Amino acid sequence: MEAFIVLLSLFALAVFLGVELITKVPPTLHTPLMSGSNAISGITIVGAILAAGSGDESSTVVPLLGFVAIVFATINVVAGFMVTNRMLKMFKRRG
Amino acid sequence: MNSIMINLFYLLAALLFVMGIKGLTRPKTAVRGNRLAALGMLLAIVITLLDRQVIHYEIVFAGLAVGTLIGVLMAIKVQMTSMPQMVAILNGLGGGASLGVAAASYFSVLASGTELSGVTLVIAKSAIMLAVLIGAVTFSGSAVAFGKLQEVLPGQVIGFSGMKFINLGLLLASVAVIFLLVNNQLGSGGFLLLVGLALLLGGTLVMPIGGADMPVVIALLNAYSGIAAAAAGFIMGNNVLIISGALVGASGLILTKIMCVAMNRSLLNVLFGKMVASDGPTIDADEVYQGKVTSASPDEVSMMLEDAQRVVIVPGFGLAMAQAQHAVRELADTLVGRGAIVEFAIHPVAGRMPGHMNVLLAEAEIDYEAMKTMEQSNPNFSKTDVVLVIGANDVTNPMAREDKGSPIYGMPILNVDEAKSVVIIKRSLSPGFAGLPNPLFAMDNAVMLFGDGKQAIMDLTAVLHEAA
Repeated sequence: MEAFIVLLSLFALAVFLGVELITKVPPTLHTPLMSGSNAISGITIVGAILAAGSGDESSTVVPLLGFVAIVFATINVVAGFMVTNRMLKMFKRRG
Repeated sequence: MNSIMINLFYLLAALLFVMGIKGLTRPKTAVRGNRLAALGMLLAIVITLLDRQVIHYEIVFAGLAVGTLIGVLMAIKVQMTSMPQMVAILNGLGGGASLGVAAASYFSVLASGTELSGVTLVIAKSAIMLAVLIGAVTFSGSAVAFGKLQEVLPGQVIGFSGMKFINLGLLLASVAVIFLLVNNQLGSGGFLLLVGLALLLGGTLVMPIGGADMPVVIALLNAYSGIAAAAAGFIMGNNVLIISGALVGASGLILTKIMCVAMNRSLLNVLFGKMVASDGPTIDADEVYQGKVTSASPDEVSMMLEDAQRVVIVPGFGLAMAQAQHAVRELADTLVGRGAIVEFAIHPVAGRMPGHMNVLLAEAEIDYEAMKTMEQSNPNFSKTDVVLVIGANDVTNPMAREDKGSPIYGMPILNVDEAKSVVIIKRSLSPGFAGLPNPLFAMDNAVMLFGDGKQAIMDLTAVLHEAA
């Protein structure tokens, strides 16, 4: 229970930090903000690696689900950061 | 590596994400910010691979390799005009990954049992079910949004008035199933039922939402993908998942709010589509337009532009449809070369996602200093000689300001009608998404330049060059 309260506090503080940070992003950068923050939400990849690799011998379902989750999350992360980089470089060119 | 070290490195990764988002607040630091966030992600992945819990590296590396290959191809191939579809896919995959992680956790607890008990077990189970619900809604909702943006599915409002009750019913059913699952009154069959209900809910939520409301939906799904990641973090008690998920969730919610304010509608109103209310007097387009609309040729419009000191270009979704961003840049360069001041006035909901127009204009190498927000542009329209409206409609409709009975009344608009002259480049007098006639087209200071956006702009540039 105590651990849960710590995690919940972490969550609440991070939401407030996010609100403070993101209200400062100018409208011009809203699309890269979405694709970039989207890539960050691919952090589920950590959970996916643990699920796929944790060696649950008793079933094939768990590693399979983990594998699918890794593929999804990796696409999310790789494509997200790369396409954000591509967009942001365009904004830099004349700036 | 022991778990204390691992968690410290996760904390470092989370800090890199925060610094990365901070970098995104200015165009000059944004590239570096994005790289810092990517570095944080790499760190988190490497640290996880070093975790002693990970035994089967074959599956992990196979997944990473397949995902990287697809991701790189997608990022290189995608066109800037298709960015809304791209973000929709990525949102969906993020949600799908959280769903996969939650389902894997459920089945591994089911198969091998758990050392958790009491309240902790209830919390862990609730987190799993929440991650399943949000992850699945994000996954199927994004798939439908992608279909609409790609025009595989009809972009118009689909559905009937009872749709909201179906959505509510699906949501209540999901919550009931979650309650039973957490109380051990349902087994894996119930779990699959929950997955099915949530996937269906995502589809029925997005299905009735029309094209012009897509910026809100995309932003909301972005928030969901973050919250789903945070829920997955609660399952595993993982700090980096919780922090990053919260950051992304906050980001999506703020963008959602900005989009709703820009349309003067509440989030519930967008989600349940009250905009297409058919009651009240319908406004007859013929009455608004008859005998009052002036059409001009490219030559005539060029003559207006030749003498203009200050020109403002208002881009809309039509610009993306016509792929006219490069043509617009050439026209702007030509005008600047003749000594005029050229600015771009961008309404927050122009296009299909937040910032869509800015990305297109940036792709055509237009300086971001020339891109002005609605608040920056509106005080200056009265000092502007010519406003060029390209593929935008509802965001310039003066009914939003003047006609109390109109469905868009109260929506903040670009006051282009205050300029000396307004040129509207459009294929026909057909209405925009709101289905309303635009009295702007019939005003004395407005002329229509009928035709394909890209061709019309190229014609204007050509005539201006001849005149020079």
